[in-house]
Amino acid sequence: MNQGDTNAIEAALRLKEAAGDCEVVLVSMGPDDAINSLRKGLAMGADRATLVSDTGAAGSDIVGTTNVLAAVLTHETPDLILFGQQSADSDGAVLWAAVADRLRQPVISQATSLDLSEGKATVKRQTEYGYDVIEAPLPCVIAVSDGINEPRYPSLKGIMGAKKKPQAIVTLESLGVGAEQAGTAGSRTEVKSLNDPPARGDSQLIEGDGEAAARVLAFLNEKKLT
Amino acid sequence: MNLDLSPEHELIRSTVRDFAESRIGPVAEELDRESRFPYEIVAELADLDLLGLPIPEEHGGAGGDTVSYAIAVEELTRVDASVGVTVAAHTSLGTMPILAFGTEDQHAEWLPQLARGERLAAFGLTEPEAGSDAGAARTTATLDGDSWLINGSKMFITNAGTDISACVTITAVTGEVGGQSEISNIIVPNGTPGYEVSPPLKKMGWRASDTRGLTFENCRVPARNLLGERGRGLAQFLEVLDGGRISIAAMGLGAAQGAYDLAFGYARERQAFGRPISGFQSIQFALADLATEIEAARGLTYRAAWLKDEGREFALAAAQAKLYTGELSNRAVNTALQIHGGYGFMDEYPISRLYRDQKVLEIGEGTNEIQRLVIARQLGLP
Repeated sequence: MNQGDTNAIEAALRLKEAAGDCEVVLVSMGPDDAINSLRKGLAMGADRATLVSDTGAAGSDIVGTTNVLAAVLTHETPDLILFGQQSADSDGAVLWAAVADRLRQPVISQATSLDLSEGKATVKRQTEYGYDVIEAPLPCVIAVSDGINEPRYPSLKGIMGAKKKPQAIVTLESLGVGAEQAGTAGSRTEVKSLNDPPARGDSQLIEGDGEAAARVLAFLNEKKLT
Repeated sequence: MNLDLSPEHELIRSTVRDFAESRIGPVAEELDRESRFPYEIVAELADLDLLGLPIPEEHGGAGGDTVSYAIAVEELTRVDASVGVTVAAHTSLGTMPILAFGTEDQHAEWLPQLARGERLAAFGLTEPEAGSDAGAARTTATLDGDSWLINGSKMFITNAGTDISACVTITAVTGEVGGQSEISNIIVPNGTPGYEVSPPLKKMGWRASDTRGLTFENCRVPARNLLGERGRGLAQFLEVLDGGRISIAAMGLGAAQGAYDLAFGYARERQAFGRPISGFQSIQFALADLATEIEAARGLTYRAAWLKDEGREFALAAAQAKLYTGELSNRAVNTALQIHGGYGFMDEYPISRLYRDQKVLEIGEGTNEIQRLVIARQLGLP
């Protein structure tokens, strides 16, 4: 499970602990053994999990993934959809925006705090210079920042109780997602190759010779970066 | 045959490892240097149910199996043996005897607070002049009306003197049967008049754990504090030690893995003669040998835990696991420190602490020699 996802789960659990009567549902798309990642979220305290696992979904790019997740979420009709900041592998930080667009729901990203009341979400959105306060009517999509909370560790009782919680593994067909909407067929991009970024040839190494700070400052002034 | 751990076991490992690395690792050196008992960490362990892991849920524990317990102790010790032994002694030696031999009333009085980790428990067997030779024990308990009058002393006892210690279960001579000492187990609550704990003992390792001498001087506890049958103390503590050896084996495994991981990381960073020392065959072979032996140790330890979970005879497996992991961890910390070179001798490098923490794993809960004795007897040798 991505670290960012645990921030989102923690945020959801805190909302549930404050509000009481609600349910935290984990949704993911992946191979069958991804259920073990979802188990961690169940062990933290989520109520149930739904995993879309289908060979037809393998190779989905963001468009295919969005089609699948939007279908599950349309089925679940949650009041609030929480995402982590970004995945740990591709670091895209766009899936939440694409899913919100597909669902035609408002989206707020980089949430460093989150309150729900009177049918709306109030979020502090972290910016470069401080934060914005943004409100959105529910239902909406919120991507939390990694600074919103410190995710709890699952307790041993939580870990052992997790396997008894409802865990559904569903197929594309059961969601009404056509074969042309997911997997490589439903994707609009194709990865041709992956390479390391080219080495930067124009870097300068400024050694600590007593005047290094002055030389760094002169360089920054020259580039108008001060 | 299936040697895979369950997804729950894997999640327990990743959770405890994450906790140990992020919450204990950063303070382990300071706790060791100050010989300070880690109350904050113990409170967090309680929140994670790690202080009552194998205790049934109806008594306030997490209801986990022995394999889960071994994994948790292994992962804690991989980072800090003081925390590992605090959990192992509290669970296997402090709480387990009460669970195994206690009455319903004793269960209700002690288990919930111990299994939830609000209080800690200790087991007092060793005396200043009697370790595994329990027949030489001198602490006596005399039934006087409706109470036991206890006199004597205990040595090297873990968890007896913390601010949150609840009780110690001691072995005491309660009479004589056929010319032999009759030994019984008795629960002594902390705070009982006549029961005193010494200042913390100064130790080579396990410095953040609580180790004390205990004295009993006309210490009076109610007759109902007898744990199990009168005269069954010897059989009972042998049974307790059989189970305890699994947790000490898990500590040896964790210590060896921790030392290996430190050496592996250092060998890939440290440059000599123009390349990382991990490129040299002498280092590679040392790490290859350790990795191989650690897997053997893991197999022995988990098998002993699994046998216990299956309700099968596990005394031989536990003694073998304890002996093997004790000696392996000694080789592991020695090799790992050697790979660190001069830096390994410096306090700020964790390997120096692991080196000091290791030795007692070959002594506590039965020395290597006693393990060989137990194993030989289990093999049917006269």
